[in-house]
Amino acid sequence: MDLTYTDDQKAFRDEVRSFLAEKLPKRLSDKVAGGKRLTKEDYEEWHAILNEKGWLGVTWPKEHGGTGWDAVERHIFEEETTRAAAPRIVPFGLNMLGPVLMKFGSKEQQAHYLPRILNGDDWWCQGYSEPGAGSDLASVKTTAVREGDHYIVNGQKTWTTLGQYANMIFCLVRTSKDGKPQEGISFLLIDMDTPGVTVRPIVLIDGEAEVNEVWFEDVKVPAENLVGEENKGWTYAKYLLTHERTNIAGVGFATSALSNLKRIAGLEQSGGKPLIENPFFAAKMAQVEIDLMAMATTNLRTIAAAAAGNAPGAESSMLKIKGTVIRQEINALTRQAVGPYAMPFVSEALDEGANVSPVGPDYALPATQSYFNNRKLSIYGGSNEVQRQIISKAILEL
Amino acid sequence: MNFDLTEERQMLQDGLRRYLRENVTPEALNAATDSQTGHSEAVWEGLTEMGVIGALFSEDDGGFGGAGFDLSVVFEEMGRAGVFEPLLETGVLAGGLIAALGSDAQKEMIEEIIAGKVLSFAHGEPRARYDLNHVETKAEQTAEGWTLSGTKTVVGHAAIADAFVVSARTAGDAADEDGISLFLVPADAEGLSIRDYPMNGGGRAGEVTLDGVTVPADALIGEAGKAFPEIEKAAARATAAISAEALGLMETIRELTVGYLQQRKQFGKPIGKFQALQHRMADVLIEIEQARSAVINLAGHLDSPRAERERHVSATKNLIGRAGRLVAEESIQMHGGIGMTQEYALGHLAKRLTMVDHRFGDTDFHLERFIRLSAA
Repeated sequence: MDLTYTDDQKAFRDEVRSFLAEKLPKRLSDKVAGGKRLTKEDYEEWHAILNEKGWLGVTWPKEHGGTGWDAVERHIFEEETTRAAAPRIVPFGLNMLGPVLMKFGSKEQQAHYLPRILNGDDWWCQGYSEPGAGSDLASVKTTAVREGDHYIVNGQKTWTTLGQYANMIFCLVRTSKDGKPQEGISFLLIDMDTPGVTVRPIVLIDGEAEVNEVWFEDVKVPAENLVGEENKGWTYAKYLLTHERTNIAGVGFATSALSNLKRIAGLEQSGGKPLIENPFFAAKMAQVEIDLMAMATTNLRTIAAAAAGNAPGAESSMLKIKGTVIRQEINALTRQAVGPYAMPFVSEALDEGANVSPVGPDYALPATQSYFNNRKLSIYGGSNEVQRQIISKAILEL
Repeated sequence: MNFDLTEERQMLQDGLRRYLRENVTPEALNAATDSQTGHSEAVWEGLTEMGVIGALFSEDDGGFGGAGFDLSVVFEEMGRAGVFEPLLETGVLAGGLIAALGSDAQKEMIEEIIAGKVLSFAHGEPRARYDLNHVETKAEQTAEGWTLSGTKTVVGHAAIADAFVVSARTAGDAADEDGISLFLVPADAEGLSIRDYPMNGGGRAGEVTLDGVTVPADALIGEAGKAFPEIEKAAARATAAISAEALGLMETIRELTVGYLQQRKQFGKPIGKFQALQHRMADVLIEIEQARSAVINLAGHLDSPRAERERHVSATKNLIGRAGRLVAEESIQMHGGIGMTQEYALGHLAKRLTMVDHRFGDTDFHLERFIRLSAA
């Protein structure tokens, strides 16, 4: 048992730190730390900086232009970039589609799309969920009918995160109604500029439009955009989901949210004393910190096992549940900490350079927004109920 | 024991529920949210025509109610419908304080309030958090009357108020209970400015700045420096009202969620067939019953001696805060993605319910206060 990093890992951490100190624009880290709204250009700027260093494809092998890092190195990178308040790496092209293309895509698809993902030529979004499907992905209804050298796609996708920025979407489509629901699904790449594609934003309860509905009406997609074999898409979809579930614990996010909470609790006064000294509030804060300390180690244990070549099983579901519950509790405490100032909703104050000042302290508005926005954490990526099913199925073997 | 409503209150409840059901659609709520006034003039007019504001005042003050159960009946229906009209500010807080402390001349305004005139209570301050006794705004006696200076924060419906009941310190230090006075200040008084903004969960509020606002001597409500006991009592009544509103919100959320569990199919069956969700729903139902009992407890003790009343205030508000968070979070979770959307009614109701914890003291504030009051 050794809870410390090796010398190589420590040296790697230092390298990441000095890179961030030098290359992460303060304008961007200020926005992230202040809970301001990030634009498409902000993400692209940070991706380009990482790409120049060769650190954008963090889950990719070197032969495709990735870092070739193992699970521990990826974790260190994740922890440091979160601590430094870097924008997140938008995962759809890099962490989801990229690995699928590397494993199942044709040589032509790999040669065409992978460099474009790294260069920022394409912004991908995910076309998995549908109205009425939710965590039951095998029930997708969007159809793709082969006509000559094209597919004709009809249907609707939903919860398409940042789809408003995307020019490409990877979709699960139904190519056959025979057999089990999982058997007739294919994995198709669609150019969002094709006639018949419509994107409609969905405003969420935090007032933001980060997800969208995407409609396909007789959309003509070249047959060469099929990944792998027709009707085998479920296999690729599951492979993608295992990648989606990397960094599912969100330790870095929880850690920075907790330090933000402590900062706020130190500034807010309750009954003439800093809120951080209020025994009721302090007890709740301490409990979530204790949970987080243990979860960080659970996460490292899983990462160490993965680095040693053991595929994570139910552990990723456990991390999903615990990680999301902890983050949501920190968000709830942060909302509570800001007191009556949790109520004003001055959305414009989240824009960089907005001519509108916040009501009360500048940390109040993002506190409430994050609380409402992060209700999604226990819903998406397979709801926490579905994760509990996975865990109990693995253990009970009934 | 009898937990039934009196015939009059039953009629009030039935009439209100019918009116709000017929007149308040999710689209109408969205329109009111986006409007410049932050409420629906049509609904406000409907409520005044029904005489609802009169139910918040006693017969002596020109109303036809005023007891705790009158408040709880009215506000439970407001919550059920998810509306955000200036009923609490004008009828319970500002109007209630005028009824409790006002001179005969000042009390004449109650008639106008019952007819729909909007007032608000400018009391909260940037450093007060939830402490009712924390008042830094100053009032100084002058030859003409009083001059007020200070900042009031998150004043509900500030921009549409015709006048404010403003608390200000005429003696003592920031946190003293003694030395707090109340003044009636017209919204167009020179030196009064409002920064108006929307609120999470609907409605608008404002930061009210008083920069040397001069009011005549007869603007003082009650005796100088002695307003705190009535402020505390008004806050107790407002806590009963907002707790009842939270209960109404929970009831509608419950209906929506039960309907969703019955209709929504996943993995080939209604999601309500999954035991994981059944048990969560059962917990939600238990907590809503607890919330109803807590509201009854407080409504029935508003006229009790101070120590008993305030113990119920803190007990109820703590429980409502806990139940409210559970109901809001669980209902969103059980709805999945659709519960996250602004368009679907649940989001609005859950947000309103969540924000209740940020008014008149949150769960921790009242837990600590309950312990203190119980030891006394």
